[in-house]
Amino acid sequence: MPSAPDLRVLVVLPAWNEAASLPAVLNEIHSHLPDVGVVVVNDGSADATSAVARAHGAQVLDLPFNIGVGGAMRAGFRFALANDFDAVVQVDADGQHDPRDVPALLAQLADADIVIGARFAERGEYDVRGPRRWAMRVLAGVLSRMARTRLTDTTSGFRASGPRAVRMFAVHYPAEYLGDTIESLVMAMRNGLTVTQVGVSMRERSAGRPSQRPWKAAVYLMRACLALAIALTRPRRVSVGEYTA
Amino acid sequence: MSGYLFALVGAVVTLGFMVELLRRRRLREKYAALWITVAVVVMIGVLFPNLLERAAVLVGVTLPINLVFFLGLLLLLVVCVQLSAEVSTLEHETQTLAEEIALLRNRVERLERGAGQQPSPPVADPGLGHPPG
Repeated sequence: MPSAPDLRVLVVLPAWNEAASLPAVLNEIHSHLPDVGVVVVNDGSADATSAVARAHGAQVLDLPFNIGVGGAMRAGFRFALANDFDAVVQVDADGQHDPRDVPALLAQLADADIVIGARFAERGEYDVRGPRRWAMRVLAGVLSRMARTRLTDTTSGFRASGPRAVRMFAVHYPAEYLGDTIESLVMAMRNGLTVTQVGVSMRERSAGRPSQRPWKAAVYLMRACLALAIALTRPRRVSVGEYTA
Repeated sequence: MSGYLFALVGAVVTLGFMVELLRRRRLREKYAALWITVAVVVMIGVLFPNLLERAAVLVGVTLPINLVFFLGLLLLLVVCVQLSAEVSTLEHETQTLAEEIALLRNRVERLERGAGQQPSPPVADPGLGHPPG
């Protein structure tokens, strides 16, 4: 790791039916990031996700049923804390994030508690239009003001969390819709953690794309704004209790 | 049969049913409390009919029965909200348990490996996976 060599880093991959894309992702992580711990959180997959992850040498957390990215990530944060990891990097199991960008994220952890791998910033091609784009703009605007730095891609699932963020998220990680992105950022900033972003390149995901249908995008816009509004009006959490495994 | 007698029988049967469910531990007190209150209020209304009329005049409802309907709707709303809140709590608790189970499974697996045993693969239950949100 460039500027944070003392951190023990855990890569957490929340995976729901990703047996097809996992081997490539795990191999890439293994070859580009030899020093990190890797845990695949199998979120109630109906396919061979768990077996594939094991076969590729990753630790596996098998959730008994599907609970969503928020719950899967909280399990990952708890795993990190219980096993003395200092930092957690969330990477999608579908191969859309390039593990070669991870050191850049980790380097920023020297100055911030959470580093977002932003898909619009400077490099990479990531094209969204219509209401989904507006939703992302609104979210980026509000959260940028809170963070006092420019955030362009607040719903990115590519993030690094430093020691303070890991301790907080192991206890409180929102499981609401979009909680793993928007609400977790709001919660972190309200508790004095700092957020910044680094531009990352995006790749085609191996299977599936976010929906671009207008009405689905409109529903997404409304739910995203509701999630943001509720997150902002929530009472501040004062104490972050120590989670003991 | 007069309407009042009908209402009285209904209220008594409801009350008896609730108490019986509580006695058999089929229902927890926090859910039964509301229904018991309703049954008691209906009984009071039946035994003292002019109370309802006085209440209707007090809140400015012309037809006393409309007050009954309004309160009935309000009550159902409260019950629905209460149940939604309880379901949310349960969902949150279930999720936390699922996370703990996953962490424990992983720990058992590593302990088994450390002890030189072949870890038994976890039994997944694919049928249960519903995408949330």
